[in-house]
Amino acid sequence: MFSYISRRLGITFLILLGVSFTVYVIFAFLPFDPAALTCGKNCNDPGIIEANRKRLGYDLPFLVQYWVFIKGLFLGRTYGEGAALINCPAPSLGYSFQEHSCVTSLVGDALPVTLSLALGALVLWLIVGVGLGVLAARYRGKFVDSASTVFVLIGTSLPTFLTGLMLLVFVVIKWQILPFPAGNYTPFFEDPYEWAQILFLPWITLAFAYAALYTRFVRSAVIETSNEDYIRTARAKGLPEGTILGKHTLRAALAPIVTMAGLDFAGLLGGAILTESVFNLPGLGRLAIGAVVEYDLPIIVATTLLAAAIVVIMNLIVDILYAFIDPRVRIA
Amino acid sequence: MTLLDVKNLSVRFPTPDGVVHAVNDISFSVNPGETLAIVGESGSGKTVTNLALMGLLNSNTAQISGSAKFQSHTGEVDLLGIDPNELQKYRGKDISMIFQDPMSSLHPYFSIGDQIIEAHQVHNQVEPEVSLARAIELLGLVGIPDPASRVNSFPHQFSGGMRQRVMIAMALVNNPSLLVADEPTTALDVTVQAQILSLLKDLQSEFKMAIILITHDLGVVAGAADRVNVMYAGRVVESANVFDLYAKPSMPYTQGLLDSIPRLDKPHTRRLSAIPGQPPSMISLPQGCSFAPRCSRIQEVPGNKCTTEFPELTTRTEGHTARCFIGQQAGA
Repeated sequence: MFSYISRRLGITFLILLGVSFTVYVIFAFLPFDPAALTCGKNCNDPGIIEANRKRLGYDLPFLVQYWVFIKGLFLGRTYGEGAALINCPAPSLGYSFQEHSCVTSLVGDALPVTLSLALGALVLWLIVGVGLGVLAARYRGKFVDSASTVFVLIGTSLPTFLTGLMLLVFVVIKWQILPFPAGNYTPFFEDPYEWAQILFLPWITLAFAYAALYTRFVRSAVIETSNEDYIRTARAKGLPEGTILGKHTLRAALAPIVTMAGLDFAGLLGGAILTESVFNLPGLGRLAIGAVVEYDLPIIVATTLLAAAIVVIMNLIVDILYAFIDPRVRIA
Repeated sequence: MTLLDVKNLSVRFPTPDGVVHAVNDISFSVNPGETLAIVGESGSGKTVTNLALMGLLNSNTAQISGSAKFQSHTGEVDLLGIDPNELQKYRGKDISMIFQDPMSSLHPYFSIGDQIIEAHQVHNQVEPEVSLARAIELLGLVGIPDPASRVNSFPHQFSGGMRQRVMIAMALVNNPSLLVADEPTTALDVTVQAQILSLLKDLQSEFKMAIILITHDLGVVAGAADRVNVMYAGRVVESANVFDLYAKPSMPYTQGLLDSIPRLDKPHTRRLSAIPGQPPSMISLPQGCSFAPRCSRIQEVPGNKCTTEFPELTTRTEGHTARCFIGQQAGA
């Protein structure tokens, strides 16, 4: 077990190294001059550009730049000298000249927002998706099943930005049930009530689409498992129907959900761009999209790398979890 | 007194193509402690008969009629007449079942101990330790080496034969008076088949239980059964004790089945004889004898009686009945 995890962590490290190098290569060969971008879109002063180029290390050869970036991750990094010295402590993801801030601290501010959004949505869609999926399978062909089909159809076909906007228009503006989200995210530890109030509609927006997918998946998984020989065995033993469904069927049907939920969650942690934009939440998605619009390369590299890291690490967690769920999976 | 008395059992499955007449008006009885073999080719209704008795057919898709008086621990019950939830009390307690494929009949996520204990707990109000002791005792009885530690193993850690032993242990945990064994050896190697059959035989006398042995293997029948019901197209076509059936088969179908067994005591240059044709469609059964289209002795009956008149089950000798015009004439 221990050797498996350390080996996987080693592989994870190599993957991340590969990903970071690829991201670096892509941005190095884009037809932009990163130094020119640092002084704004309409800046033509070669003096400032050259000074910034030297200050941010864009004058160094490509491989050296990459090496300095990796070194900065572990040891921190300084830019400039004297009175203009900027210090970004480890783990340094670079410096954003447009935001005048170390990228790590920008990411550090945005990550809790996205984490809150993704976690709340995950809980919500698991409850609704699994619950409705099981009910639809249990009462197949009955009203609940038909109703769930309608729900699945709407959920999978409505794009997130439309659901979000409709919720905003009706719940916030027309009926005024919730206050207008003015981008003033409140951390959970400061005021849990306000935190939940701000995130409530974004949670529903995100969870709606995922819950529909999960309902469909759980329904078919439960129906498929119900036809297994070992479920017939459970029935032949004289177990009550509730035990057969709740213990024997769900245990087998829901195991793949762990993998699915883990990877979907990881995907969202990389930034729920649409939902964050619609609700004006200062999360990773909005940080990334803002950086793309502004050609803020250090932030783009950092958010891409972070999203990849989260997916790779979540994969590892899911694999380890699966070994605990399914006794046939032995990790060694 | 008979243990199980089945009268006029019919099972139909309505489908978009028409009603499938899987089991047609069959009657048979099982005495305490005896082994009744039900023999027939695939689709002859032998498995459906027993699933109907156990209440394991989906009531949404199957239409079941008839009666099945069974002597349970609470007195006589009609297995086909009582509420399905009521039947649960007898399943796994008075009547147990083992299935064809031991590889898929055990739940892969639970240890075999958990699965056996569960079968004991659901019918007995005892401490889990008592059930554990009972599970270990039975695993020892069915020949699992080192049962006290193997009780914690998972199904995938056993071979096919060992898994069938586990299934048998689980079926016997509540001392049933009737064991339904649905092709228990079909999925196993020949040497393992013999072991499982002799194990069943030993346990039968120890537990004083009756066995309904469903099989298509007449070799298995000869070694294990006291009486035999031959089924064809959802009907019992011949019923006799095992010696009479092999010595004097009355129905050409039974004769055909016996002829199709390879034998060492006959010249092996002779080609193995097969019954020509296919079993009839269960949606539109032939008007007369359902075996008539394939019968090689149809000329022995004058006129076209076989294809127009339906033969009744008539007595040939004491305890030997058959559904054929040929024997009737000879006996009359």
